[in-house]
Amino acid sequence: MYVAVKGGERAIDNAHAWLGEERRGDQDVSELSVAQIREQLSLAVNRVMAEGSLYDPDLAALAIKQARGDMIEAIFLIRAYRTTLPRFAGSEPIATEKMACDRRISATFKDVPGGQILGPTFDYTHRLLDFKLAAEGGLADAPEGDAQQGDVPHVLSFLDGEGLIQQEKQGAGTPPDLTREPMELPADRPLRLQSLARGDEGFLLSLAYSTQRGYARNHAFVGELRIGDIPVEVDIPELGFAIEIGDITVTECETVNQFTGSKTEPAQFTRGYGLVFGMSERKSISMALVDRALRWEELGEDNLGAAAQDEEFVLSHCDNIQATGFLEHIKLPHYVDFQSELELVRKLRRDTMAGADCTHTQEAAE
Amino acid sequence: MTMDNRNEMPLAQTARKAWLSLMAKAPDDAILALWKAQDCNPDFTWLRRPETGTVMVRGRAGGTGAPFNLGEMTVTRCTIQLDNGTVGHGYVQGGSHDKARAAALADAMMQGHAAEALQTSFLTPLSEQIAAAKAKRARKAAATKVDFFTMVRGED
Repeated sequence: MYVAVKGGERAIDNAHAWLGEERRGDQDVSELSVAQIREQLSLAVNRVMAEGSLYDPDLAALAIKQARGDMIEAIFLIRAYRTTLPRFAGSEPIATEKMACDRRISATFKDVPGGQILGPTFDYTHRLLDFKLAAEGGLADAPEGDAQQGDVPHVLSFLDGEGLIQQEKQGAGTPPDLTREPMELPADRPLRLQSLARGDEGFLLSLAYSTQRGYARNHAFVGELRIGDIPVEVDIPELGFAIEIGDITVTECETVNQFTGSKTEPAQFTRGYGLVFGMSERKSISMALVDRALRWEELGEDNLGAAAQDEEFVLSHCDNIQATGFLEHIKLPHYVDFQSELELVRKLRRDTMAGADCTHTQEAAE
Repeated sequence: MTMDNRNEMPLAQTARKAWLSLMAKAPDDAILALWKAQDCNPDFTWLRRPETGTVMVRGRAGGTGAPFNLGEMTVTRCTIQLDNGTVGHGYVQGGSHDKARAAALADAMMQGHAAEALQTSFLTPLSEQIAAAKAKRARKAAATKVDFFTMVRGED
């Protein structure tokens, strides 16, 4: 039986009107502009771009405003909007070695060519609340030094020079795209990396942390972490050549992990790789650790049964929009479903009671 | 440095690639303010009105390996034709239709006799603005570079 339930439109309209008011908050407090969010909550904007899988700071800032600061709701808005846009092309792979680095650090080499560049980091701050920020105030200019000339080489390229780090497999053709084709398992590394790049930061952080605590043992060093701007080059068919279509900020993390070697390969280091839109250090390190843990089979390591090694588990659960969609749908009306459960439980109870009555009668008879 | 064989482009093409790339990456406000200051409004027809779409940005596994899809970025494009028949393409980052239109018009005009003037009054200042902003960032980054010093212990 299907019972059509109507009604509720007025309640829904009124709820949304109230949502609009609550979003605005106290009207004696001045309204946030999208530009203010873009400029002053830039790490929130970065997260929405990364997990929304669409690089556009203005749209991400708008989504954050609309979502009242609920990040997953904002990511949802961006994902939904993205599906309305035609895709013009795929870019050439970005050349991260040519990045204009705002930040570039290595935990493995102190004196690395190009140096340790801290950039605008929270590291080494004391995590004490700064009450000066509560009062609007002037801002001192950041000091300037002598800019470095030329590209900053990847730290791991130095290990590569000695043959100490595993060469990355080359791939030809168009990489698989989980936004176009349903994800099939087992996934290859490019598909995994796409999935992780848009995966939930919190989920990946926890998984990465679990590998550090011993669930899939692979001790990682941060070989390099770099954040900066990089041009995106794309072929324009009507021109017949490629142009740089934009500049994007990305965070790249390469971890160095020990690999004892196999029958065919000598002992060397291997990589975990994280690449994320925007300045997103925690996410990119997490991504690199999880990427490395998922490579156990390819590297002939033991399956320790850890969650981070389980590709099906990781890839099926790292998308927060899929997760929240399924999770939150259970709060929507399930009246008919529940009615049938209710009937079932009542029937089971009736049956049990009837059975119990029988037993009592029998016992009494004996 | 080694020569990149793929870059054997005709000179005109190299120049066009440079101005299209410059305009594509320019911040909306910067390019629109400079374009407005040109006060140049040639007659044209739309061959393709501005539309916003995406480009799928790719990275490489391990920075050097197989390509993978990192995520998309917004791009706006349009195509115009000047009355003299020259076609201009605007392909720009972001969702601004005005920016794409300005880029397409500039692209068409850069192929004609106005090129030199437009280069001087529009592209060069735009390029300098962007370069100055980038250089400032690079100087700030340089100021955060760590100078390690070693404590000398004992006697040598």
